[in-house]
Amino acid sequence: MNDIQKPQSQQSVIANIAMFALLVLGCVWIVLRGEAGLGYNWQWYRVPDFFYRVIDGEVIWGPLIFGLIVTLEITSISLILTVILGLVVALLRLSDSLSGRWLARGYLEAIRNTPLLVQLYLFYFVLSPIFGLDRYWTAVLTLAIFEGAFAAEIFRAGILAVPKGQWEASASLGLSRFDCYRDVVLPQAIRLILPPLTGQGISLIKHSSIVSVIAVFDLFTEARNLVSDTFMSFEVYFTVGAMYLALIIPLSILVSVIEHRMRAK
Amino acid sequence: MTFPDTAPNAVQPPEAIRIDSLHKWYGDFHALRDINLTVREGERVVVCGPSGSGKSTMIRCINRLERHEQGRIFVEGHELTDNTKDITAIRREVGMVFQQFNLFPHLTVLQNLTLAPLRAKKMPKRDAESLAMQYLERVKIPDQAGKYPTQLSGGQQQRVAIARSLCMKPRIMLFDEPTSALDPEMIAEVLEVMIDLAREGMTMICVTHEMGFARTVADTMVFMDNGEIVESAAPGNFFEAPKSDRTKLFLSQILSH
Repeated sequence: MNDIQKPQSQQSVIANIAMFALLVLGCVWIVLRGEAGLGYNWQWYRVPDFFYRVIDGEVIWGPLIFGLIVTLEITSISLILTVILGLVVALLRLSDSLSGRWLARGYLEAIRNTPLLVQLYLFYFVLSPIFGLDRYWTAVLTLAIFEGAFAAEIFRAGILAVPKGQWEASASLGLSRFDCYRDVVLPQAIRLILPPLTGQGISLIKHSSIVSVIAVFDLFTEARNLVSDTFMSFEVYFTVGAMYLALIIPLSILVSVIEHRMRAK
Repeated sequence: MTFPDTAPNAVQPPEAIRIDSLHKWYGDFHALRDINLTVREGERVVVCGPSGSGKSTMIRCINRLERHEQGRIFVEGHELTDNTKDITAIRREVGMVFQQFNLFPHLTVLQNLTLAPLRAKKMPKRDAESLAMQYLERVKIPDQAGKYPTQLSGGQQQRVAIARSLCMKPRIMLFDEPTSALDPEMIAEVLEVMIDLAREGMTMICVTHEMGFARTVADTMVFMDNGEIVESAAPGNFFEAPKSDRTKLFLSQILSH
């Protein structure tokens, strides 16, 4: 039976590829026609200068590299804080303490049900003057607090997925709650937590572009500044989009690899 | 094999567990009704009864895996209350073996055994490991120490679970249907370990349907139905001359084949 089906499925693969190529060509044609109508002055040759220039044999890094570094800094610090915050809030939600549970619940509902942009403005204009935070740390904390709410739910789901018998066995051995989490529950939960948590890290990178509205010099702010200086909006935004893509695609692949491995186990 | 009879006139050993008019509800369901039970040091109690009769719930109250709503429970003279520290201290004196083994799948057999002594007793690693090997030898699987639980058979897993409890040197052992999840050919190897334990004088409460085992080790048989203790007697009287009709019916059902 396989012998009969195989040529058919190959045929349909070829047909699909042809269809896909046709669609892509169609899109390209539409864009090119529209672009011709705009009379846009492409200046791709200027883009490498935004990365680096060599003057008198010395490399001078351009704004896009500085922006990329700031974006990476902000996301890495936020990610660390996100993981800590997420774990603490998840444990609070699962604790016996009523006030702890309500605190965690209030935080989750407030953060998950308001837009990130609104939170950023609130933090920047209201909380940062009160606590004397600069723009950079306001951005880092806002992102961490936003993503932390989602991370907390990921942690909670992972922890609750560990069978009840594991808790009971730990308890009956006289392990403290802390030891139970550290040695029994979290090591088992982490396998379930890791893929969605990496996904949350991806969101964090994407959401970090929003800090441009409070003028933190991340990748996207640098891009906006370049556009207002040079009016090269097509080239600059295409380039920056490709940079985010290059940053995130490896992480996405990592997620599928981890998920695949977990399923294999 | 024979066990020393508890002579009625001898000085009775101290109470290990005392349960006074215990009640428990799950929502509207009255799961335990006025349970009274005293277990003395070294006494071996076998609890039987139809499923849903509250056997497991009762022994799970003794190490407070279940909270009781009314009545009092004393373990080694300490009352079980909401005090977390007391509960943890009492749990270290009371070992429990579960139907589903509940071994830690991410740890090796040896690590399963050493975890509680290392953490709860702050025992040095070398001591904990030699203790663990000692108990693995007692349950006759020292050669499996480096394996993970899923690599073992059900009977081996349950023996590891018993050894894991024993590593805390408990004064009381609770068994919650320890052979019910096992393939028939593996039941004997687990019962053998439990009989050994009984012979050494461990205070035990076993929920089980293994009536052969009950006859061999039990000092006291307890029959539960519908959340209450219907009958409690020495095995001779219990099996030969049950008083309650419910006990008779249950025994005829369980012993008929």
